[in-house]
Amino acid sequence: MKCAVIVFPGSNCDRDLAVAFESVTGAKPAMIWHGDTALPDDIDLIGVPGGFSYGDYLRSGAMAARSPVMQAVVQAAARGTFVLGICNGFQVLTETGLLPGALMRNADIHFVCRDVALTVENSQSAFTAKYSAGERVTIPVAHHDGNYFADDATLDRLEGEGRIAFRYAESVNGSARDIAGILNDGGNVLGMMPHPERMIEAAHGGIDGRRLFEGIVEGLLERA
Amino acid sequence: MKARIFVTLKGGVLDPQGKAIHHALNGLGFDGVNDVRAGKLIELDLADDTNDADIDAMCQKLLANTVIENYRIEKVG
Repeated sequence: MKCAVIVFPGSNCDRDLAVAFESVTGAKPAMIWHGDTALPDDIDLIGVPGGFSYGDYLRSGAMAARSPVMQAVVQAAARGTFVLGICNGFQVLTETGLLPGALMRNADIHFVCRDVALTVENSQSAFTAKYSAGERVTIPVAHHDGNYFADDATLDRLEGEGRIAFRYAESVNGSARDIAGILNDGGNVLGMMPHPERMIEAAHGGIDGRRLFEGIVEGLLERA
Repeated sequence: MKARIFVTLKGGVLDPQGKAIHHALNGLGFDGVNDVRAGKLIELDLADDTNDADIDAMCQKLLANTVIENYRIEKVG
């Protein structure tokens, strides 16, 4: 099982994500610099980490989405490779078009950095298979631009197709329909604002994020 | 040739920055402000033979996120 974490100038959760991947797979992921034009062969899982890629210039995630390596990520996603975008990674994935909608400035303008309650909406995806639908979990957020926006037709489609993975169970950032994380139509790409990699060991204050990574591993084993 | 690209949030999209500016203007005593919408101005210095389709493509591919933003191109000189 081979994992990769993309590193942009300004990424700051790349190593946390690498630790999370290693803790469930036992292998260190490849750290891929943004200027690379190709990914290592046979990558099963790509992490797009949190941070402030390119200083959030123009729009959060906008520059990163146009970087050479993201073209390779888009192609890998089309082949069914698992892609997990967290926080800035979610913003990057919407900017590439791998996920619909956009992440806008939090409705109350404040940067929000705290543990939040989430509801697992869909336990059918590999990312959420280790959770139960309707389960309440606690995972931290740390973002300024987490206010999910999409037009009503897109939101209805996401709901109808079971592509809302997580919803906020409390008021956080003004997201449309309290959306915290969504899946692509193939179920192999997840973008979410909360940081599951920050809740994988008891010393973190909770382990609610760990099952997300375990679910991906199990999904990959089932594919093999 | 220069072009100015005005990027603005679509109508109906919440603009928290505009709301904060509005609030601050009210705080300064400007009571006649009905609403504020904030946007971006991007100035491009372009080769003289740059065609309109290319400028439009720049807006579509990078300068604006058309999920949430509109853009207007103004060519200068």
